[in-house]
Amino acid sequence: MRAFEYASPTTKEQAVALLNNQWGETEVLAGGMDLLSLMKDDVTRPGRVINIKEIKELHGLQYSPSTGLRIGALVTLQELLENETVRKEYPSLAQAAEGVTSPQIRDLGTVGGDLCQRPRCWYFRGGFGLLAQDSSGKSLVLEGENKYHAILGNSGPAYFVNPSSLAPALIALGAKIRLFGPKGARDVAAGQFFVTPKTNQEREYALKTNEIVTELLVPPTGGARNATYEVRQKEALDWPLAAAAVSLKMSGKNVTSARIVLGHVAPVPWPVPDAEKFLAGKTVSEQVAQDTGGAAVTGAKRLSQNGYKVQLARVAVKRAILRAAEGGA
Amino acid sequence: MAEYNWPEASKRSLIGKRISRLDGPEKVSGKAKYTYDLKRPGMLYGKMVRCPHAHAKVSSIDTSAAEKMPGVKAVKIIQDPGSEIQWAGDGVVVVAATEEHLAEDAARAVKVTYEVLPHLVREEDLSKAGDRAKPAAEKVAGDPTKAFSEAEVVSEGTYSIAVITHCCLESHGQITEWEGDKLNVFPSTQAVTGIGGEFVKALGIPATNVRVRMNHVGGGFGSKFNADRWGIEGARLAKLAGQPVKIMLERDAELMVAGGRPSSFAKIKMGAKKDGTITAWESNSWGTGGPGGAGMPPLPYVWQIPNQRMNHTGVATNIGPARAWRAPNHPQACFLTMSAIEDLAAALKMDPLEICLKNISLLGPRASLYQEELLKGAEIIEWKRKWHLRGDTTAGHIKRGLGLSMHTWGGAPHNSECRVTINPDGSVSAELASQDLGTGTRTVIAIVAAETLGLPIEAIKVNIGDSAYPPSGGSGGSTTVGGVSSSTRRAAADALDEIFKVVAPALNADPANLEAAGSKIQVKGDASKSMTWQQACSRLGVKPIRANGKQPDPAKGSLASSGVAGIQMAEVTVDTETGIVKIEKLVSVQDMGLIIDAKTAESQIYGALIMGVCYALYEEKIMDQATGRMLNPNMEFYKLAGIGDIGTLVVHLMTGQEQDARGVIGLGEPPVVSPGAAISNAVANAIGVRVPSLPITPDRVLTAMEKKGGLT
Repeated sequence: MRAFEYASPTTKEQAVALLNNQWGETEVLAGGMDLLSLMKDDVTRPGRVINIKEIKELHGLQYSPSTGLRIGALVTLQELLENETVRKEYPSLAQAAEGVTSPQIRDLGTVGGDLCQRPRCWYFRGGFGLLAQDSSGKSLVLEGENKYHAILGNSGPAYFVNPSSLAPALIALGAKIRLFGPKGARDVAAGQFFVTPKTNQEREYALKTNEIVTELLVPPTGGARNATYEVRQKEALDWPLAAAAVSLKMSGKNVTSARIVLGHVAPVPWPVPDAEKFLAGKTVSEQVAQDTGGAAVTGAKRLSQNGYKVQLARVAVKRAILRAAEGGA
Repeated sequence: MAEYNWPEASKRSLIGKRISRLDGPEKVSGKAKYTYDLKRPGMLYGKMVRCPHAHAKVSSIDTSAAEKMPGVKAVKIIQDPGSEIQWAGDGVVVVAATEEHLAEDAARAVKVTYEVLPHLVREEDLSKAGDRAKPAAEKVAGDPTKAFSEAEVVSEGTYSIAVITHCCLESHGQITEWEGDKLNVFPSTQAVTGIGGEFVKALGIPATNVRVRMNHVGGGFGSKFNADRWGIEGARLAKLAGQPVKIMLERDAELMVAGGRPSSFAKIKMGAKKDGTITAWESNSWGTGGPGGAGMPPLPYVWQIPNQRMNHTGVATNIGPARAWRAPNHPQACFLTMSAIEDLAAALKMDPLEICLKNISLLGPRASLYQEELLKGAEIIEWKRKWHLRGDTTAGHIKRGLGLSMHTWGGAPHNSECRVTINPDGSVSAELASQDLGTGTRTVIAIVAAETLGLPIEAIKVNIGDSAYPPSGGSGGSTTVGGVSSSTRRAAADALDEIFKVVAPALNADPANLEAAGSKIQVKGDASKSMTWQQACSRLGVKPIRANGKQPDPAKGSLASSGVAGIQMAEVTVDTETGIVKIEKLVSVQDMGLIIDAKTAESQIYGALIMGVCYALYEEKIMDQATGRMLNPNMEFYKLAGIGDIGTLVVHLMTGQEQDARGVIGLGEPPVVSPGAAISNAVANAIGVRVPSLPITPDRVLTAMEKKGGLT
């Protein structure tokens, strides 16, 4: 790990003043669950690391039935999944946090970190750049080992999958992400927070280089039933192969409207409006859930080794719908 | 003449009982110090500059910037310009600095240029291997052509098992420290006695000048016998710097360069009669273990099929070096053979258990033992009730299946010497330059010495892990338990004989008529004539008794042998919508001759089963042909099972007169041989089609089902 300057501001104003205008020059340290690995592997080489854990207002979680849930960016995944209100009102978030199968990451990793962690693409982590290209700019993914890569939104040059566990649920719940920079706070819809980079120098999120995530704002569900289902090979530490989060407004067994978002299948969390439309107005059954899964992956494009993920995404949607319909809200 | 033979069953107070490992409390409390934990005074940290290319020639090396970096004490080129590198991650330069991160920074500052050469890191397509494919001579037994033409059923399949790494929890490495012209080595090794010789040879110093010490090792699995380049160069670097140097491999280096288990691919054809009698075998196999290719695994495994034809091709690749991996070549051979036999059974619509029992005579001298084990395993897993024809036809997407496999291993004792000392204060020590890989070697030595001397296990101080003690073999090939138990038994028996001579006059008895039991020395058959162990030892005056025991020592009979039989059965469920396999239950029925400690034997098997689940479902060294690099040299994508992934493990140890008569036989390797085959067979039984490759990942399960026509 290279030597770096370490700052530990106590206000968000101080924190953003320490950031500068180039990605990678400074990095923000929250739980450190991803940043430390990236630094040890020499993938990220910041000259300055800004610890934001001393900023009190970034902690804490509040709920009111009228305004919904406010989650400080430094709330840990474990705090999130243990929260009774979250479990009752927003089970899709608790289930997503439970899917992070390392107790260490759940205990130290934060919700802000979950959103801002870098892709798990093994070419990126092996030092071949965010877009995993050889020296001539050709993708290493397309003819290489792509079993964990994208099946949607994969027209290039990015083929990695978004690694966030919480993002699909946040988007399905209509959450906003509050950012803070030199000009003050701004809110972006969770669905607009993630972007597909076109160059190795860009990032996978809509933060500016001098902004930080301060909180997540989740509106009241209005009785919508929500659930997350992750397909993961192992019980122990493992990343999902595909995931889906759904939020269903229901009248009895009938779905009046649906939000369905896929995770781990595209460079950004992937809402599937066609599947949402398909499900709206239908009564939930195994067959309807399965067919909705089918509608969710109609645009999928298989790479040489990842065709199976189409099936996994389909199943994730099916099981998330059934789980949501079974559960109360 | 001392009594060397093992006591008969009725007279054993410790041997064969369930005794907790002696170093357990030290390990679970974190007090046990591994090499990785050690710090020597003035110690420097060594880091390697590693080649990023899978195949290259070193063109130039510039160390000048690194030498000027803060904290840097020594920089040494270990592969000069002109050297050919055969795998990514191989060390070219090594640097030593006062702090680990300073050594890392210095290593990065070394400038090396390479002439990049063509590489091959994928071997699944033999047609792309070109002249890197090295076919071996065909092997034929009987008349396979005739046997296949007469066969009533012929079953064919293609199978493969991936290259995996050893993934030692404690990575490879050591501290090397000079005291004048004497070298202290603190390695993480499987060979405390053997490893010193490599330093002697490479450094040209007298054997008496090298001392090797190690208390605990965090896994070796066959990959930690050698001093290795990092050991020898670490010693040279320490000399250069005038300070001790510690080099432990980083996790990525551990997975890239510290050894792999060769892959095996095979097209297999089997012939049989309609009644299930196996008549013929044909295999065309290939595989790689790195630049050295790979030899043919012992095919067909275990089964002595009368008519055979085998062809094998080793493929030289740039994936990193092969090293012995627990039961070298057996897991591959077992998976290939037992999968083919299960596929034959499916083609015949027969129960594979029935096929195995029908052909039991093909299993050689231990056929009846295998039969007994198969029946025992079937009883434990409820085979008759649970087994079904291939393909679980019950409703729902969770399918259940059973599979079985069988295996063997040698496990003959290695050479070993033990020194037992009985002190006048009654204390007893046993000393050997052996090592405890976590298998319970310390505990076994203590049990044997205590049993022989009629003492409780706590009375024995076991000293191992230091080359200053009498030499003992490396722990590989399941040779340790036979070696150390034999040498310890003989040393303790001779020491006891000496103390009998000392105390016989006081008991008014012939020394040959004495026995030791219950911390007493007494006249055989007359417990009234006895004295306590303390009283007996106090008669030694100031002179301890020292006795040396050896293995082998033909004059003193034989206490160990080789050759074991084991069977395993697996019950799995498969989610046919996701292709995810869950282990429900694994049953291991294992023979290992005379058991010294039933508890550590069971632990050894639990560990093997867990390791087996890992390579059956998760592990693979994933190489990228474009870059020549391993893509998963980390613990996120080099997947291992966690506690929730291993299912219920059931171990049944075979015991009795047959086992006793064969003496002690090693157990380390055999139980890791079968899990891959048993689990693969259970998956086939569940979903109705063979998933031809290990590890059985979701993509492979779904692909196999899609080819078959799907279930979902």
